[in-house]
Amino acid sequence: MTQVTRTDVVIVGAGPVGLFAVFELGLLDLKCHLIDILDRPGGQCAELYPEKPIYDIPAWPVISGQELVDRLMEQIKPFQPQFTFNRMVCALERLEDGSFRVTTDEGEVFEAKVVVIAAGGGSFQPKRPPIPGIEAFEGKSVFYAVRRMEEFRDEDLLIVGGGDSALDWTLNLQPIARRLTLVHRRPEFRAAPDSVNKMLALRDEGKLTFQIGQVTALTGEDGQLTGARVKGPDGEVEIACTRLLPFFGLTMKLGPIANWGLNLHENLIPVDTEKFETSEPGIFAIGDINHYPGKLKLILSGFHEAALMAQAAKRIVHPDQRVVFQYTTSSTSLQKKLGVAG
Amino acid sequence: MTRITFIAPDGTRYDVEAENGSTVMENAIRNGVPGIEAECGGACACATCHVYVDEEWTDTVGAPEAMEEDMLDFAYDVRPNSRLSCQIRVRDELDGLVVTVPERQA
Repeated sequence: MTQVTRTDVVIVGAGPVGLFAVFELGLLDLKCHLIDILDRPGGQCAELYPEKPIYDIPAWPVISGQELVDRLMEQIKPFQPQFTFNRMVCALERLEDGSFRVTTDEGEVFEAKVVVIAAGGGSFQPKRPPIPGIEAFEGKSVFYAVRRMEEFRDEDLLIVGGGDSALDWTLNLQPIARRLTLVHRRPEFRAAPDSVNKMLALRDEGKLTFQIGQVTALTGEDGQLTGARVKGPDGEVEIACTRLLPFFGLTMKLGPIANWGLNLHENLIPVDTEKFETSEPGIFAIGDINHYPGKLKLILSGFHEAALMAQAAKRIVHPDQRVVFQYTTSSTSLQKKLGVAG
Repeated sequence: MTRITFIAPDGTRYDVEAENGSTVMENAIRNGVPGIEAECGGACACATCHVYVDEEWTDTVGAPEAMEEDMLDFAYDVRPNSRLSCQIRVRDELDGLVVTVPERQA
């Protein structure tokens, strides 16, 4: 029997808007569980531009992506949000009693009366390198992540990339692979210098090969890879390999959201501007993922959407309670929830 | 105004007037040049505004900085004249600049 986690609201996406939704829902006594494909909160702010200054957050003349995330985490702490990271929400279905069941790609099950999609540009997924015909090998001999190291034992392994993922897996898989070649387009790496030095030491001991270049073609049959052509500064070479691990960073894809029976408009979810509810009552969409006339993809717009959404979510979760609008500056009950009452 | 020419993958030329201080990427988007995606909006955080700078212009445009080089690792068919167009600022010396949009972005 699968264990079911029950909460008031499941939030799909832990970017800035998903995080702030915890605050607005929390003031109305709604408990939240956030699910995100990344391994930490922050969404694009954490993954794409942690160091970049943002200039249009009200009252912050300048704040970095990571600092904004850190501040939001501090702000929502009193509401004790629960997080499930490294998971993609695969399925969203309505149960007989009108509530929702949310299932992740690892099979975890959540049930809630309200679902808030705050998925930004979609879920971050490994970028497919632009090598013709690579699709035919995916899942059989081309992998974008290492789930089980054993799958690479005694294989002729080709790893492509110059970041931490590429270097870490080079170091971890080298002892069990039959042969390992690392391909990167230039001699400089983005990865931690320590990992690079370890890799170069293994190369000097003859335990792996490092080749400068870009993979241009793959050979093999029925999904089984036999070799890759690498174009380098001194021309093209053929490298024999049975497994390929390309690490080309992440890109955003709408992903399974397209299969949830919601109306879509060019990969965005249309919502009303009173409650930010989708075509399915009880499912809301806020932040960059939604669409309505005049929509601007700004973090501050997402914050506003979260506040209005929370009012509607409250009525669904606690239909018997009267919602009294209150200010955090003057309401003792709100201040108690925030842990700041005098 | 500074004139910039984009050559699309199908060979179509787009001659645009660019304001100094803007980025080459912004001018591609503003003028609907196909093939420039600029997924991250100019933060040097993706590699989807990749262009090839015409050989005659590479010295004037200059070389990418370290962060841009890092991002170019994610681009398709990177060549010595590859640049991310969001990192090239339009200025007087670039009047007449020609860049080619690659067959595909990463």
